[in-house]
Amino acid sequence: MIAALLLLIAVAAPFVLYPVFLMKVLCFALFACAFNLLIGFAGLLSFGHAAFFGGAAYIAAHTVKVWGWAPEFGLLAATAVAGLMGLVFGLIAIRRQGIYFAMITLALSQMVFFLALQLPFTHGEDGIQGVPRGTLFGLFDLGQPLTMYYTVLAIFVAGFALIWRTVHSPFGQVLKAIRENEPRAVSLGYRTDRYKLVAFVLSASLAGLAGGTKALVFQLASLTDVTWQMSGEVVLMTLLGGMGTLFGPVVGAGLVVTLESYLASTSLPVPVVIGCIFVVCVLVFRRGIVGELLARLPKRGN
Amino acid sequence: MVSLLGIPPQVLFGQLLLGLINGSFYALLSLGLAVIFGMLNVINFAHGALYMVGAFVAWLLLTYAGVGYWGALIVAPLVVGLLGILLEKSMLSRLYKLDHLYGLLLTFGLALILEGAFRHQYGVSGQPYPIPDALKGGQNLGFMFLPNYRAWVVVASLTICFGTWFAIERTKLGAYLRAATENPTLVQAFGINVPVMVSLTYGFGVALAGLAGVLAAPIYQVSPLMGTNLIIIVFAVVVIGGMGSILGAIVTGLGLGLLEGLTKVFYPEASNIVVFVVMAIVLLIKPAGLFGRER
Repeated sequence: MIAALLLLIAVAAPFVLYPVFLMKVLCFALFACAFNLLIGFAGLLSFGHAAFFGGAAYIAAHTVKVWGWAPEFGLLAATAVAGLMGLVFGLIAIRRQGIYFAMITLALSQMVFFLALQLPFTHGEDGIQGVPRGTLFGLFDLGQPLTMYYTVLAIFVAGFALIWRTVHSPFGQVLKAIRENEPRAVSLGYRTDRYKLVAFVLSASLAGLAGGTKALVFQLASLTDVTWQMSGEVVLMTLLGGMGTLFGPVVGAGLVVTLESYLASTSLPVPVVIGCIFVVCVLVFRRGIVGELLARLPKRGN
Repeated sequence: MVSLLGIPPQVLFGQLLLGLINGSFYALLSLGLAVIFGMLNVINFAHGALYMVGAFVAWLLLTYAGVGYWGALIVAPLVVGLLGILLEKSMLSRLYKLDHLYGLLLTFGLALILEGAFRHQYGVSGQPYPIPDALKGGQNLGFMFLPNYRAWVVVASLTICFGTWFAIERTKLGAYLRAATENPTLVQAFGINVPVMVSLTYGFGVALAGLAGVLAAPIYQVSPLMGTNLIIIVFAVVVIGGMGSILGAIVTGLGLGLLEGLTKVFYPEASNIVVFVVMAIVLLIKPAGLFGRER
């Protein structure tokens, strides 16, 4: 019911708000939802998700611009490469837990940052500029802002539905069990490392899909998207909206993107404001906005 | 001209010296992180920012108060240490009962605030900081030229590293500290004020970062971004060395600095990522790190 209403609002939104802004929100919302799949449902804090987001943006930009691929194949390649990177990262990082896991993913993503800085195809500081949006399936001209918007919306809804399905599947239940008490899940006979790895790859792929889409929307893949500050930003979006809630990351992403575009026109330094929100969230507001709301609602039987 | 493996010795030793200096900074910073982690179980993400603050305090003291390098070497770590104690008392101490991840997230926010504020105030271009008069010039060692200041940095940080190691592993105070990391309630019952000890430990750990900042100021420029990328390398150092280990932090820091220097000679393109590659390999073979214990 609520979902249908929200979808209706999303469909009507570009007639009221600036489509590029909305597309940015949607890309980051998908990114945050993908991240939340790990932290919120499997209890894994990855501090390296920018590597998948930004790395996939480079892949989409390169395949579409230099190799002349159609946008759908560019996005597919971006998602696949991000998933592959997720597999490699996951195989290394899942051997440790908690903060170790966070630091290892952070260090690995910094490696990707340096690669993006040095590899010839990424063009260093310039990034890949002027990426053509192309024609989706040879039918829809993505140069039209509204067509692009509805494509991004469709991608977001598909990604969100996949996450929804995952969370509400037996697989998702096992992930929650691992989050709550991993030794117990192990003693019940689950090979928890496998579950965590699959969740990691899925999350990385979806983060890559978000990054590839962002590259098409802004026709640009740049270093900003691979920095560790970007990994931090997605943590903030999830934390602010509510970790472990399905809609939390969407709300968080919307708020952070809105705040940043508002602050850009003021003289306030953006990182300081973002940092303050971070600190406040961690100190007094750990459930996030949607989390607080859900906690205040009367309990329903499941 | 003798050459080693086709590389002129000046180049080789020059890079090794640079590597040793970077390694000293890695060691000092990862030592502070290890001390804080051992006691508080917090990964101090603000460590790089506090290193930057140390360098800036030195620069501000010189620019506005006329206090020179030697004064800054004492004052800046104290300022950073006090700032650390303040942060620990007001914020970090509220999070100990929760998942350790919240400590990481809080300090991440603090790092954003500190770096953003200095960047807003002083811009991204670095401020030069002069080498103190007593340490100008250098020695000609025959095979290479050794600037005095750089030799001082290596000696000073090694002394501090081994002093800290000695204090923690071989003195009574260190024994209390180690005992408190194992069982705080029991140590408290012996009449030791554990919360104060925790605050002081955090203060000491970040004071080490501040000190590293002052040492770094004359070599690198004093810039708001100086801690940003360094901190991630230091995290990798800590992971490779094994989180619990003080000795691991020192040895790995120096070793990786040297390895980075060598990579710069033989394959410069890889020098930025060699630390992370080593981390990946070490983790695959020994998940607890080289000196770490599996917890």
